[in-house]
Amino acid sequence: MAKISLENWSEKIRDPEIECMSREEMKALQSEKLVKQVKNVYENVAFYRKKMDEAGVKPEDIRSIDDIGKLPFTTKEDLRENYPFGLLAVPQSKIARVQGTSGTTGKLTLASYTEKDVDVWGECVARALTMAGLTEEDKLHVCYGYGLFTGGMGLDLGARALGCMSIPMSSGNTQRQLMCMEDFGATAFACTPSYAMYLAEAAKEAGVVERLQLKAGINGAEPWTDEMRHQIEDTLNVNCFDIYGLCEITGPGVACDCIHHKGLHVYEDHFFPEVLNPVDHTPCAEGETGELVFTTLSKEGMPLIRYRTKDLTSIEYGKCECGRTLPRIQKFTGRTDDMKVIRGVNVFPTQVEAALLSIGEGVAPHYMMVVDRENNLDVLTVMVEVDEKYFSDEIRKLEALKKKIELALKQALGVAVKVKLCEPKSIQRSEGKAKRVIDNRNL
Amino acid sequence: MSYTINQLSVFLENKEGRLDSVLKTLGAGDVNIVALSLADSSEYGMLRMIVSEPEKGVMVLKEAGYMAMLTEVIALRVPHAAGSLSKAMHAIMETGVNIEYMYAFANGEDASAVLKCNDAEKAAEALRKSGFDLYEADEAYHKVVI
Repeated sequence: MAKISLENWSEKIRDPEIECMSREEMKALQSEKLVKQVKNVYENVAFYRKKMDEAGVKPEDIRSIDDIGKLPFTTKEDLRENYPFGLLAVPQSKIARVQGTSGTTGKLTLASYTEKDVDVWGECVARALTMAGLTEEDKLHVCYGYGLFTGGMGLDLGARALGCMSIPMSSGNTQRQLMCMEDFGATAFACTPSYAMYLAEAAKEAGVVERLQLKAGINGAEPWTDEMRHQIEDTLNVNCFDIYGLCEITGPGVACDCIHHKGLHVYEDHFFPEVLNPVDHTPCAEGETGELVFTTLSKEGMPLIRYRTKDLTSIEYGKCECGRTLPRIQKFTGRTDDMKVIRGVNVFPTQVEAALLSIGEGVAPHYMMVVDRENNLDVLTVMVEVDEKYFSDEIRKLEALKKKIELALKQALGVAVKVKLCEPKSIQRSEGKAKRVIDNRNL
Repeated sequence: MSYTINQLSVFLENKEGRLDSVLKTLGAGDVNIVALSLADSSEYGMLRMIVSEPEKGVMVLKEAGYMAMLTEVIALRVPHAAGSLSKAMHAIMETGVNIEYMYAFANGEDASAVLKCNDAEKAAEALRKSGFDLYEADEAYHKVVI
């Protein structure tokens, strides 16, 4: 099995009724669900009742999805303050499982799921896997971590709902991953894009790519660029798909992109998306970038109303070439909290990645941004690994390469950048979410 | 008979112990260094060497995770007489070949110079025509004394 070109692709849609529903029907469905959900949280969650009372909103005020703007927001801080079970809309005995993410600031963010929530989650991931061309005949090698992190469990639930084989590898031990991939004949793999890149390199180095039967990669959980996707696709001879999710909403399976890669289709029958201006929280126009905000329309365990994800994106409602009418959110520009402000300019790691790949010339997309403050001035240094085939033993040529990278980065970021060329493989590879920025400024 | 030889070049980040570690790796691989030059910029260095077995040198260094490559150079014997090197440079200059870098050392009766040119074959031919003696590969990998 191998990569399939767009011309030869035959699209499979798991739930055409929902995924190709007209906008009017979808709005009616969402309205019905929202009215119920708002009544539910008002009656069953003290936190929401208090918030809505403070905002002067009664459940009766919410008559359709168009009224959603009247509801107050929920933030990550609200989740922390009500940690671990303060936001439940059902008794704890109804909770089938919990999942979480480790916050960098101590306490983790915990999400609780009833049995039905778990089923919805699996169903959404199954839709995504179908979108990636998988059927019950496939074997999905899952190298996302299992445990509280939603990655491993989410893909596993999706494989189960789809009826395909799940190979629960979890993360780490790349040589063993490759051995099992080959031995079990995995046809698809799921992991973060940075680990996919690492796996692809390792597979190429070990010379096993030809012996693998992979056709698809389901890679999400961190922002990545199309250029990076092409590189993974070309190295492993597969089609890669971007899956998005966050544990507060459900984990992976909130949205996924199709073969046309024109944005990630949001499963809006369960997760209602809004894109809002990060400053005044007014709705952005279609195609305009803002903060992504979700309302869980079907959640029983821990419903979230207008939850601010801090992810920056834009949304489009036009019907996709794949046949789906589900709206598409664009690949993330970054998170509001990954963004670094360097001499007043907003810089995202994804911009650095895109600029490096656009240079070509063998500048591998392994990089690390280091931000320092020297004499009260922010200094951004980007450490870049130099690819073997463009290495030269002439310093003049290396300096020219360095200048070229510095120029490309300066043009892309709008801020001067110092480039430091590094030995290949000297920048730490991540087996989970890639760490791309070190900020030494103690802001 | 070819008069171009293989030089082993290694990219070194400016980190403590990198040079030592390269030399150790070559030693452990039983690769002997017969000539060496270290060029540096503010952030990294370029180690260039003539060694007993260049291919093996590249292999052991790559295995140890270094960026190493072979570069085609010529090794020239320069008589210990005033103006010898100048004559050699003149011979190369007349062919229009550029010298990218060079390192030289004097020890014993003659001096030796390793030259990296943009056209090694052409430079070698010009030098030989002007009566200069060039080291052949086997000779260079074992005997050049720099």
